[in-house]
Amino acid sequence: MNPFTYARPDSVDSALDELKAQPNARLIGGGTNLIDLMKENIEHPTRLVDVNRLPLGGISELPDGGLRLGATVTNAETAYNALVTARYPLLSETILAGASPQLRNMATNGGNLFQRTRCYYFYDTAMPCNKREPGSGCAAIGGYNRIHAILGTEGSENQPTACIATYPSDMAVALAALEAVVQVTGSNGERSIAFADFHRLPGNEPWRDNTLEPGEIVTSIDLPAKGFNQHHTYLKLRDRASYAFALVSVAVGLEMEGNSVTDARIALGGVAHKPWRKPEAEQLLIGREATPDNFRLVAENLLAGAKGYGHNTFKIDLAKRAIIRALGEAMRSKV
Amino acid sequence: MTYIGQPVKRVDGRDKVTGKAKYAAEFNVPDLTYGYVISGTIAKGKITRIDSSKALALPGVLTVFTHENRPHTAWFDMSYKDQDAPPGSPFRPLHDAKIKYSGQPVALVVAETFELARYAASLVEVSYDEETHETDLEAHLSEGREPSIGMATLIKPLPPKPRGDADAAMAQAPVSIKAHHVHGPQHHNPMEMFGTTVVYEGEKKGKPYFTIYDKTQGAPNSQLYVKQIFGLSLDQVRVISPYVGGGFGSGLRPQYQLFLAVMAAKELKRSVRVTLTRQQMFTFGHRPQTVQDVELGAAADGTITALKHGAIAATSQFEDYTEVVVNWSGMLYDVPDATLEYKLKSLDLYSPLDMRAPGGVTGDHAIETAMDALAYELNMDPVELRLKNYSEKDWTEDDKPFSSKELRECFRQGAERFGWASRNPEPRATKRGDVLVGWGMATGIWDASRMFARAEALLTVNGKLRVSSATADIGTGTYTIMTQIAADTMGMPIEDVIFRLGDTDMPMAPIQGGSWTASTVGSAVKQVCEDLKKTLFKLARKSSQSPFHNADFKEVIFRNGQMALRENPSIAMSLTDIVSLNGGRAVSETSTSMPNPLELKKYSRHTHSAAFVEVEVDEDLGTVTVTRAVSAIAAGKILNPRTARSQIIGGMVWGISHALQEDSKMDHRYGRFMNHNLAEYHMPVCADIHDLDVIFVEEHDEIVNPLGAKGIGEIGLVAMPAAIANAVFHATGKRIYDLPITIDRVLY
Ligand SMILES: Cc1cc2nc3c(=O)[nH]c(=O)nc-3n(C[C@H](O)[C@H](O)[C@H](O)COP(=O)(O)OP(=O)(O)OC[C@H]3O[C@@H](n4cnc5c(N)ncnc54)[C@H](O)[C@@H]3O)c2cc1C
Ligand code: SF4
Repeated sequence: MNPFTYARPDSVDSALDELKAQPNARLIGGGTNLIDLMKENIEHPTRLVDVNRLPLGGISELPDGGLRLGATVTNAETAYNALVTARYPLLSETILAGASPQLRNMATNGGNLFQRTRCYYFYDTAMPCNKREPGSGCAAIGGYNRIHAILGTEGSENQPTACIATYPSDMAVALAALEAVVQVTGSNGERSIAFADFHRLPGNEPWRDNTLEPGEIVTSIDLPAKGFNQHHTYLKLRDRASYAFALVSVAVGLEMEGNSVTDARIALGGVAHKPWRKPEAEQLLIGREATPDNFRLVAENLLAGAKGYGHNTFKIDLAKRAIIRALGEAMRSKV
Repeated sequence: MTYIGQPVKRVDGRDKVTGKAKYAAEFNVPDLTYGYVISGTIAKGKITRIDSSKALALPGVLTVFTHENRPHTAWFDMSYKDQDAPPGSPFRPLHDAKIKYSGQPVALVVAETFELARYAASLVEVSYDEETHETDLEAHLSEGREPSIGMATLIKPLPPKPRGDADAAMAQAPVSIKAHHVHGPQHHNPMEMFGTTVVYEGEKKGKPYFTIYDKTQGAPNSQLYVKQIFGLSLDQVRVISPYVGGGFGSGLRPQYQLFLAVMAAKELKRSVRVTLTRQQMFTFGHRPQTVQDVELGAAADGTITALKHGAIAATSQFEDYTEVVVNWSGMLYDVPDATLEYKLKSLDLYSPLDMRAPGGVTGDHAIETAMDALAYELNMDPVELRLKNYSEKDWTEDDKPFSSKELRECFRQGAERFGWASRNPEPRATKRGDVLVGWGMATGIWDASRMFARAEALLTVNGKLRVSSATADIGTGTYTIMTQIAADTMGMPIEDVIFRLGDTDMPMAPIQGGSWTASTVGSAVKQVCEDLKKTLFKLARKSSQSPFHNADFKEVIFRNGQMALRENPSIAMSLTDIVSLNGGRAVSETSTSMPNPLELKKYSRHTHSAAFVEVEVDEDLGTVTVTRAVSAIAAGKILNPRTARSQIIGGMVWGISHALQEDSKMDHRYGRFMNHNLAEYHMPVCADIHDLDVIFVEEHDEIVNPLGAKGIGEIGLVAMPAAIANAVFHATGKRIYDLPITIDRVLY
């Protein structure tokens, strides 16, 4: 852990100034990921800018019927918020499937979006890792890659696969399914980023997890009105019953009339560098009957092009099984 | 009042939950300095250069120790051997440029604060010359060799000679089964990381003195180790270790932070603390990777006629760590034609190290899943098959009788509590909603050893009893049961009794392992209290006015804090009054308690268990849940059912961990364990644990020790993995041979 200084600004503007003043400054929310990364010698910020005093707290209703989740609201507060549990139970369930009560009490919504991969090699500075040390190679390819990605890893002829890490957040899988919008502020003003565009595939810049620009701050996560609070499920498969990251997870939101599906969202976690969604696969279900056969078609479509790297190859089939199960569970009304 | 056998609450419980109990790295002294270990990054080769200049340039960094500048320590291997050292040449931290395994300590940074030491460590540059390493046991299965013999193999015997002709008997057996098992390595990972605080007490007559707070399962072991290596005398080194935040065997040997902390303190003439990180908890001893082959042959009536059980385990290049893996098969089943084999392969790893039920849990899984498979081949109930082949003597130890063996009762009571009789043996036939339900069982066995130990008992002028022995309490309840034994033996209220441990100023006790502490130290505590009673009696009868003047020791009893005449209890003297006859001084005794080896040698001494397990398997998703389990335990006299139950439950949880979760994953390209943190090295959390039930069956044993108690630290674990694996088979019809049984193994 390197020496650093600490600031606790109380306005977004002064936080932006802090970030500008030192290129190596980092925001800190609950610190549940960043502090670990500093101790493990992976991140070396020279200044920590605490977001917790910024006026970015609270959960409030938006004019369009949606909900605004402040960036500094904790994961626990969000999961247990009455508006969230009533209108977006999928989000609540998903947050509670992650980490532990202690961690969720500390972790912020903003910080959760930026948690980094749990790739063993990323966490071990003795190992090559393109994400941690650009150009050093990817030790997970050909190594022990049980928890690694099976989708969105393909390189091209002149650009071999650089990284097969997954983005580990549970919460983000629900946010992807709900088509949340990330609100950010930077020195050039504010902008909104659709959730599908927020995280990115590794490509040839695996060190970039998302599309936030340097100096920007996430101020809130906005949920559109549609909450799928009737038919939803979050299925998380992992190596123990709690307190483990997903091998594969599936967030499903359905709207149904009788047994036919009128709208569908399906997002996968633990399989790619970002929450995996494919509107084309969802279309296969919309306007159709909710039957195991149709679920299977969706699962096949979502996993089309999946590639295993040895230890993680089982996840391709496991993901399909999980999708079919999750769709079945969501289909049965939760009300 | 008797306390033995009562569910007395932990006497150290309050101190532990209020944070008053202090652990090795929590003892603070003025001017303490902090060491941070730099771990090597290659599995084999040489250090070519260590550049510490950037670290040393930081104000507050005192020094960086490396193999190039370390102080001189003892020459010979002998000096580095601790009480649990396997045959070989023990690892010496910072000895030379050679790298023997990945994660080896290569330097120690010492600074005025921990944070500074850690930061400075990140600035030290180490370069290597790499050589080709071998770490994959499965790539070397044909290269097994006989282990070398040493002190350790006395306690952990190698397999007996083959008996009869197992191959011929196997060929003739009408029914037979065969299995191949791979068990990965595991790391102990007690909650408390290894740490040592060395307090530099200054010099007297040119000789330095040290008080060392160490995380260890035996303070005397650490003391001797330090003394020998650093050329000190015993009185220069006092080791204190009152509380240990879990050990599971990892504290049976001094770990490298002890060496490094003492080296730094001696050299710098400062107090030094060195603690390891969680990641570094994966850089020393571990449960070795083991590969086993089992074959059983039986007659149609279920009589086992042939047994072959072979194992090959990985060890380091410098020591032959062995454990008992295959002998258990022979102890459990008295098979006329049997071959037991145990081989080692040296690889570029650190030496393995005893880890809760070392070898036992490994071998039991193989033999007891084989028994289950055989039961299916024979179309016989698994309990029946075990009863059919119930051993009345131990052929692995010259056909000795068992000192006691209530395993039949374990089967009977365990099966009854579990409801085994209603089991439909057909695999895949039992369902609960959409999930498959499986019931499995297995037998467990572990040693009931006893060593030699010493203890002191002191009765203060206020009539309080202080008993001490330099043993350890790794969370097992030693403090509590020793207090019970002392109170009972002295006939005193438990509130007036204090037991202390973990200090080399106390009488010597062996390392706390092998489930022998209750038996060993308990016997010493009992002995010293008996001796103290004699001394008190002599004191009381000295005066001619004493009502006991003409009494014989046999005629008195000790109870309610008094000594009284057995025949006429109204003639009594309080212990406080007796002590007052000692001229204002306390009365104390120190005794040695030693088992009678000749007597003990006539018997095979073991604990036994039967585990019954229910699992639910979601076959679509590959998840396994242990929904309930019953362990019936035969372990002699149970000294404290509360702490005993905790030990067994802890063992059962570990069994679930072993069967379903724990696995240290090595990347053999780098020869390095990769999941070296507790987020990725899985062990159960509360959500994994459901209904666990413990039965202690009554077992009388007058051989093992005067208390009739056998140790229970490991027996709770032994049978669980096999029982779980058997339940998974019953649920799914699929036999999964390797552990842990993870989602991918269930599905594919
Ligand atoms: C043992 C363990 C198990 C876990 N298990 C799970 C699990 O099962 N599922 C799961 O989903 N998660 C899990 N987590 C991860 C946990 O959810 C994250 O660590 C947490 O959400 C991060 O939030 P934080 O506020 O603590 O982030 P911090 O550690 O404070 O920050 C993380 C990153 O976010 C950046 N940041 C913070 N706030 C903002 C902002 N407003 N704008 C821009 N950037 C910002 C920081 O600069 C930093 O780079 C686990 C963590 C641990 C330690
Ligand atoms: S998968 Fe990505 S994070 Fe992991 S080693 Fe490869 S480059 Fe690094």
